[in-house]
Amino acid sequence: MRLHEIAHCRAGDKGDTSILSVFPLDDADYDRLRRELTASRVRDHLAGQVRGEVTRYELPLLKALQFTCHQALDGGVTTSLALDTHGKTLSSRLLALDL
Amino acid sequence: MRIGSGAGFAGDRVEPAVQLARAGVDDLVLECLAERTIALGQQRRLGDPDQGYDPLLRARFERLLPVAVANGARVITNMGAAHPLRAGEVTREVMAAAGLTGRIAVVTGDDVLDRIDPGIPALEDGVPLAGHGEIVSANAYLGADALLPALDADVVITGRVADPSLFVAPIAQRMGWDLDDVPRTAAATLVGHVLECAGQVTGGYFADPGVKDVPGLAELGFPFADIAADGSATIGKPAGSGGVVTVGTVREQLLYEVTDPTGYRTPDVVLDFREVRAERAGTDRVRISGALGRAKPGELKVSVGYRAGHRAECGISYAGPGAADRARLAADVVTRRLCGTGLRVRADVLGAVGDPDGECRLRVAAMAEARMAAQIVCHEVESLYTNGPAGGGGVRTDVREVIGIVSALIPRSDVKSQVTTLEVADAVA
Repeated sequence: MRLHEIAHCRAGDKGDTSILSVFPLDDADYDRLRRELTASRVRDHLAGQVRGEVTRYELPLLKALQFTCHQALDGGVTTSLALDTHGKTLSSRLLALDL
Repeated sequence: MRIGSGAGFAGDRVEPAVQLARAGVDDLVLECLAERTIALGQQRRLGDPDQGYDPLLRARFERLLPVAVANGARVITNMGAAHPLRAGEVTREVMAAAGLTGRIAVVTGDDVLDRIDPGIPALEDGVPLAGHGEIVSANAYLGADALLPALDADVVITGRVADPSLFVAPIAQRMGWDLDDVPRTAAATLVGHVLECAGQVTGGYFADPGVKDVPGLAELGFPFADIAADGSATIGKPAGSGGVVTVGTVREQLLYEVTDPTGYRTPDVVLDFREVRAERAGTDRVRISGALGRAKPGELKVSVGYRAGHRAECGISYAGPGAADRARLAADVVTRRLCGTGLRVRADVLGAVGDPDGECRLRVAAMAEARMAAQIVCHEVESLYTNGPAGGGGVRTDVREVIGIVSALIPRSDVKSQVTTLEVADAVA
């Protein structure tokens, strides 16, 4: 099953850091996400884009997992050579992860 | 009080702001300044001393101010960019031409180019600021305290101000909150953070057909917040507008661009999201509460723009059987021919690479110090027409100067904000 079937995600950027916020489509799936969607699984899945560390924050009241991905934007939006300099598409890329 | 968000970036739509002003808000904030925007404005100002403010300011205000002033909505915007005073004068022209009277307040003092030490290290990489390239702009992120003395006006124009602070100042003023009251300032900052990207909390940047459907996306309405005395707020949007406000849209925007949810630094407060809740409060209404905070940082962040060289971006398309292989061959040719130049080159094959008959596009991007060197990259891609793989078409090339951004910290005592007032008097009187 792909993450897209049970979760939604938004991508934001700060410099060379991509911030990926993941939420369950149904709050009942939050604990499953918390168990299975670890920082290392996210880093492995996005290995083609993210070169640095991935830190995970848990926000149970918002049913959120926040992944702060360092060295993820080819140096950052201003000098990146990527087409999607902001890394907006990383949110959907993450949702392709197989749980 | 009700505060609305009328623009979430420089190129945002105009009519949702007019719709909010017509529906009735006490304050309408237009956030139009991305990291690079001031540096680009500074470049324009060097070429023409009357430029440097947001190029869309006149067109935006010609449509918005007649409605906002008539409805008593105070307008607050950072469209002053690199030349807030000139933006104030243009706003006066727009108001006078529309027969409006009122007061414009301009906040300056964010420009610290004349006192930033080029030897201090950038926060991003520890390299001295001047080591990145010729510095063209340095602007401190002002806080809500810089706006408070400007609020006795109908239109408030600023340069660089932290995005949430544009909301914190009017909320604190109307609610009678002291900026040193950390829990209240945290609550106001949370509201500003949720509203600052406008349509991103009303269903923009959210729709995923079949999973997260958004009705009326083509007529997306922009958000407002009703602030309660206890610091909680209810997010909503005008009746009849497109889009949705749900727990889902609000949750996504609450954490948007937050590198550390346990400590989000602004000039006004260090915001902690760990106790924040978002609860449905009716159709297209979501209540947010629970912001925690710690006292504001002792230093202000400065955004420094520098000349980073020139970026070339070029492409060529291939279709039909073997399209992906031909695009990859084209990438090899270009990469090989550029390998002696020392340029940073990136070549990607985009499109239907998995479909044997699909259309693919080779995209080549490169960074060069000089414009001429960047043009060599474009020439190599263009040469593929007659010298590359079969059936390549649709070459487009583009070279533009790149302004890079790094940041640094400076003491608050090095930054002095000021307010300049312009009156637009009744022409008959």
